[in-house]
Amino acid sequence: MEQNNDGSLAQVQHIVLVLSGKGGVGKSTITCELALALRHAGKKVGILDVDLCGPSIPRMLSVGRPDVHQCDTGWVPVYADAEKNLALMSIGFLLDDPDEAVVWRGPKKTAMIGQFVSDVAWGELDVLLVDTPPGTSDEHLAILENIKKHKQVDGAVLVTTPQAVSTGDVRREVTFCKKTGVRVLGIIENMSGFVCPHCSECSNIFSKGGGEELAKLTGSVFLGAVPLDPKLSTCIEEGIDFLKSFPDSATFSAISSITQTLLSSLQAA
Amino acid sequence: MLRLLERPSASSKMAQLTSGRLRRLLQIYANKSSSLCGGPGFEHNSALGVHFVRRWRSVDLKERQKQMMARGLPKQKPISGVKQVLVVASGKGGVGKSTTAVNLALALMANDPAKTVGLLDADIYGPSIPKLMHLKGNPQLTSNNRMLPLSNYGVPCMSMGFLVEDGAPVVWRGLMVMSAMERLLRQVEWGPLDYLLVDMPPGTGDVQLSISQNVPVAGAVVVSTPQDIALLDARRGVQMFKKVHVPVLGLVQNMSVFTCPKCQHQTHIFGADGARQLADTLGVPLLGDIPLHLNIRETSDRGQPVVVSSPSSPEAAAYRKVAAAVVQRLEELEQTQGAVL
Repeated sequence: MEQNNDGSLAQVQHIVLVLSGKGGVGKSTITCELALALRHAGKKVGILDVDLCGPSIPRMLSVGRPDVHQCDTGWVPVYADAEKNLALMSIGFLLDDPDEAVVWRGPKKTAMIGQFVSDVAWGELDVLLVDTPPGTSDEHLAILENIKKHKQVDGAVLVTTPQAVSTGDVRREVTFCKKTGVRVLGIIENMSGFVCPHCSECSNIFSKGGGEELAKLTGSVFLGAVPLDPKLSTCIEEGIDFLKSFPDSATFSAISSITQTLLSSLQAA
Repeated sequence: MLRLLERPSASSKMAQLTSGRLRRLLQIYANKSSSLCGGPGFEHNSALGVHFVRRWRSVDLKERQKQMMARGLPKQKPISGVKQVLVVASGKGGVGKSTTAVNLALALMANDPAKTVGLLDADIYGPSIPKLMHLKGNPQLTSNNRMLPLSNYGVPCMSMGFLVEDGAPVVWRGLMVMSAMERLLRQVEWGPLDYLLVDMPPGTGDVQLSISQNVPVAGAVVVSTPQDIALLDARRGVQMFKKVHVPVLGLVQNMSVFTCPKCQHQTHIFGADGARQLADTLGVPLLGDIPLHLNIRETSDRGQPVVVSSPSSPEAAAYRKVAAAVVQRLEELEQTQGAVL
């Protein structure tokens, strides 16, 4: 396939998809935390939110309702910070009312994603994270096809919760990656254990170890387990940088170690 | 040549509008001076033709477009044997739609053992029903090529999960998904059912549209967790149902509060009461509040839904309360519709 090396993705070093077969496991949350962690590590990061029906990224990074401008190389992404180290693009920015329902069939979604990939002027980025909706559908096929026209996808990070209902769906996603030739960079087990703030008793509300088992079963790298932390939930709701606010928490160390592992595997490849 | 519509099928019809027919139509309209868009009569001057064609275009265009679009939309056909179709949806993934659908189906039967309830898993990409209902295997076919649903706990179920291998992804575009949905809806020998619960996938896309357009839906139950991120998507889900004229029975707040099994301290992990507030804002009732309890997840993973495995637990009681509220709302809606008609 001819790779068009001039264009919006030309100066992006690494492209990582954040996938899951299952909904609600925390793909968007993990994408945001990874992006913030990478930014803290001094990298320039971009997030492309291709969940057209449920765009969560604008809310999680509290960028409000900015307009998307055009420059001569394409659409200018929305920057979450003044130093322009975190660039975002989501359908949430293109709607008049960000809470409006986007009730589109496949072909329209495919076309929109095509535009997101080729028409956004990302500029120089170390890592572009792509937040996807649940499933293995039009959006996933569209993003893979469109990115492959410009650049090779470095790989995919799969997010799961430990319970059997989730790991079953994420297994399908691993097979999807194998079929489409996307390297699985690793599996993250999210919502792994809840520590009661009162008595510190750890309850495995969504079970434990399912992600690790899945990694073993499919021969993938287990990147780490992120606990179920109400403080993380609150920060995400309010668009606060969790990593800055709670650097001493177990969640912070889990996310940092996952980010380190991810960076080393991207740089090694 | 007049290019009235952009759709290929429409333009081929338009090609038949020869100049002769056009002139005849213009004559008819010229005689009905008030039939065109609100303007005063026509000025009978040499520019009449142009004025006229422009006005004719704009009004008749809209009418014709509406007619063409209505003809293109699928007709709603009820599923034979099924009295009422209820959908369990959310805009968001992972809020507990499947868990709620399964337990709601069982709770409806627990509240009234005379009722027959079926379960259709419309989540093609991530079918959870087989796991939750402890069902496995390929459905058998009847003599006229219809699929027989697999049953457990007295609930006949159909899911994509029965038709694909465990672990095999379903990598399909929208069109294929629609045709698979059509088969799952129409080519299943459900038998007589009081309620058919449809467990929807996350999002607001092809599957939701296809089901709402092809089948008359008696009501939608929207599930959400209390956090804002989930509520935003639940709100979109409710809006979508309003757009396609499906009555929203109400919201279910799931994973509302976690009680530590050791010290009984209550933590609102995903926030507090968000769904209740959203229900008030949107003017729909809150059908129920389900706590975040290990028991629900453990029994779900084992394929023994909490309503049948621990019927006396507070979690099962919560689901039965939701079922009772659903039945009440359906009755209210029937009465309102009856009054209107």
